[in-house]
Amino acid sequence: MREYIDQESLEDLATGATVLGAGGGGDPYLGKLMARQAIELHGPVRLMQVAELPGEGLVLPVAMMGAPTVLVEKIPNGSELESVVRAIETRLGQQAVALMSAEAGGINSTIPIVAATELGLSLLDADGMGRAFPEIPMCSMSVRGISATPMALADEKGNLMLLETVDNAWTERLSRAATVEMGGSSIIALYPMTARQATSAVISGTMSRAIEIGERRRTARQQTLDPLGELLEATSGKILFRGKVVDVLRRTVGGFARGTARIEGLGEDTGATLQIEFQNENLVALRDGKPVATVPDLISVLDADTRAPVTTEGISYGQRVEVVGMPCAPIWREPGALEVAGPGYFGYPFEYFPLEEVEA
Amino acid sequence: MRLGIDVGGTNTDAVILDEGNRLLAKCKTPDTDDVITGIEQAVSAVVQDADVDPKDITHAMLGTTQVTNAIIERRGLTRVGILRLGAPATKAIRPLAAWPEDLRDAVEGPASILPGGVEYDGRPISAFDETAVRDAVREMEDGIEAFAVSSVFSPVRDDDERRAAQIIREEAGEGKPISISSEIGSIGLLERENATVLNAAVTPVARRVVGAFEGALERLGISARLFLSQNDGTLMSLEYALRYPILTVACGPTNSIRGAAFLSGMSDAIVVDVGGTSTDVGVLAGGFPRESAVAVEIGGVQTNFRMPDLFSLGLGGGSIVRADGAAGVRIGPDSVGYALTEEALCFGGNTLTMTDIAVARGVAEIGEPDRVSVARELVDAAQERSRAMFEEAVDRVKTSAEEVPVIAVGGGSILFPDELTGVSRVHKPEHFEVANAVGAAIAQVSGTVDRVFSLAERSREDALEEARKTAFEDARRAGADEDSLEVVEIEEVPLAYLPGNAVRIKVKAAGRLKSYQGG
Repeated sequence: MREYIDQESLEDLATGATVLGAGGGGDPYLGKLMARQAIELHGPVRLMQVAELPGEGLVLPVAMMGAPTVLVEKIPNGSELESVVRAIETRLGQQAVALMSAEAGGINSTIPIVAATELGLSLLDADGMGRAFPEIPMCSMSVRGISATPMALADEKGNLMLLETVDNAWTERLSRAATVEMGGSSIIALYPMTARQATSAVISGTMSRAIEIGERRRTARQQTLDPLGELLEATSGKILFRGKVVDVLRRTVGGFARGTARIEGLGEDTGATLQIEFQNENLVALRDGKPVATVPDLISVLDADTRAPVTTEGISYGQRVEVVGMPCAPIWREPGALEVAGPGYFGYPFEYFPLEEVEA
Repeated sequence: MRLGIDVGGTNTDAVILDEGNRLLAKCKTPDTDDVITGIEQAVSAVVQDADVDPKDITHAMLGTTQVTNAIIERRGLTRVGILRLGAPATKAIRPLAAWPEDLRDAVEGPASILPGGVEYDGRPISAFDETAVRDAVREMEDGIEAFAVSSVFSPVRDDDERRAAQIIREEAGEGKPISISSEIGSIGLLERENATVLNAAVTPVARRVVGAFEGALERLGISARLFLSQNDGTLMSLEYALRYPILTVACGPTNSIRGAAFLSGMSDAIVVDVGGTSTDVGVLAGGFPRESAVAVEIGGVQTNFRMPDLFSLGLGGGSIVRADGAAGVRIGPDSVGYALTEEALCFGGNTLTMTDIAVARGVAEIGEPDRVSVARELVDAAQERSRAMFEEAVDRVKTSAEEVPVIAVGGGSILFPDELTGVSRVHKPEHFEVANAVGAAIAQVSGTVDRVFSLAERSREDALEEARKTAFEDARRAGADEDSLEVVEIEEVPLAYLPGNAVRIKVKAAGRLKSYQGG
């Protein structure tokens, strides 16, 4: 197990986070630059294993919330992270023993590193999704019945808000509205929990896993190993399809960017068609009309030449791609979890099936 | 008459076109170390060849890679005083954070993050602090010769950038170049700031290029109005080029796309420019190159300004061909490059190149064809392999599965097959080898606006009209004839995750060059 996150493992983490983003989650590039500067100033971050957590200690996830178009323009100050952590600590009368990433996929993989090194706290080797999802209630803590509040939101100007809600759906609604008023992006701390709660409510080892994915990709290149084989081994994933993108349809439904990508098979998959449905993240993959992978399992599209993940915003006609399926964290396969993040929640008319059960 | 010049990586090309845009003369000469000698040679050759009085040349256009090379080679750059407005926001990432160290060493001057900037909807983040800006500029040492100013969401509102620029002028004195980000890049603070700092850093290079260009033409007795080509295929006056030199960095491929359009008379096609070492494949859409949607890297730095969307392929006239067991044949990616005339078989050398394959197939007469004795199987295999490579490259830039026409240009376009899968027809227009210089000569003048508009208190039509006016004004400043201005591109993108009233509008207008006194 890894003990620290330094500049090198930060790079690997950011690469791994784009794979775990499953096509969404926001570009970790900005978060990586923030973490790079913070580590330069304050030093590497200690990575704490879930088993090391002291029983009653406070574990606190921190994240960024809002529109990617705002983030790329209005970069945070950095001090928002301290203010949200302190606000929750004050409210609960308890100091945090570890911070945590709410989602390991995309930009929120790197944001907690900034806070941890600034505050001299450990970062828990875990997250709440094992991937990326668009809404606050879609996380393992929510599945385990932990409240997202008290939640703190801050902007770079010094505005700070403490939220207490009746359920996590209200948390999503009210914090989203406040974020818009704060200029479209905010820094949040939420799902405060005791170490005991965290032990059963978080997805353990996700940071190490993301770093390993990135590291294998980097060293595969140096040692001329097959980066795809390395990725599949690190994620227990499998290749769903190889082909060429022949059509991409996009539409805006209920404020979300939804779409469909059609991929025509090449090589062994010649003659077949894979259809990927996405909403921020890739949600389901249908081979000749039949589902072969579905949310909450991860579907990642890679450029066939560079093996770099292709985002749902970046997928376009003519790209040669390899589509990889990766099993989700076990907690997502529980019935209660599938209600908030299964194919039915996103409006698809079929039941969840584990990716491994489909014959290649 | 118009004179078009293109300084590329290997050759300097020149052409002269008459009033009816007929090509009177063309010339291709190897680049010279000082660049300007090559320009003088090429220009005097076409002037002689066309048998024209130099005084009859009314407009001269130069497309050059010198600014790009200065950045890539970190040569001739000046250190830049950097101001970013947006504090307390943005402090988590300092300016130039992700730059390669050697480039940063060459460019980075004192940098400050000060109050100012706006939210996506134009509300201020913090009040602009005149005293803070004045103090920051005063504290910069005397050696700082150029300044870069960026503010958060300046594509939405640029007031603070302009106020800061005014203060810099007052404090540092007139004449020192000040680059402001809203005039250079679009949404994406770091990329826009990077482009703005690079723009400021290359101002000495731009001065030298412009000075040498003026000097060379003067020595040849040409007193034309002078222009530089920019990335989007349109022209800028020398005065404008001195302010925005960074906008020249991708003019080469753009000029060849525009030249291909002109020579073939087409406005929508795929353009394949085959050179000595590589091939650039771009898209001609509505008479202009399709622009890249993602941030473009120059010299290791992420930027986000106007660049053509290109796919590059390591296949050109000098690409080395090798027999390769099971696969049959391997082409490139290495190339003999400028040494083609020494190393290729047809020039008496020992290396089998793609040019030799063309000679062996009898489609080109270059050097001494007798020297090329290669097994028929290998020639056929190389031809098939290169066809597959070209097919895939063309397919990669297409936006749909429909068959499209291709225009093949550039010195190496003899390599390009006449028939390809997915291609309706291959056009190889006359004068294809100097398409880039032609592209420079026929260019129009344009203006662009790319901004986020809030539609909360105004109609969409009103916002579009303001965008159009701003683009026209931009084109006028760059030297366009007002009456000929037309909108050539409108893009409207509603911004996701934000309340339904924010929209990003991009408008590009282009028009004829304003002719100078009576001309």
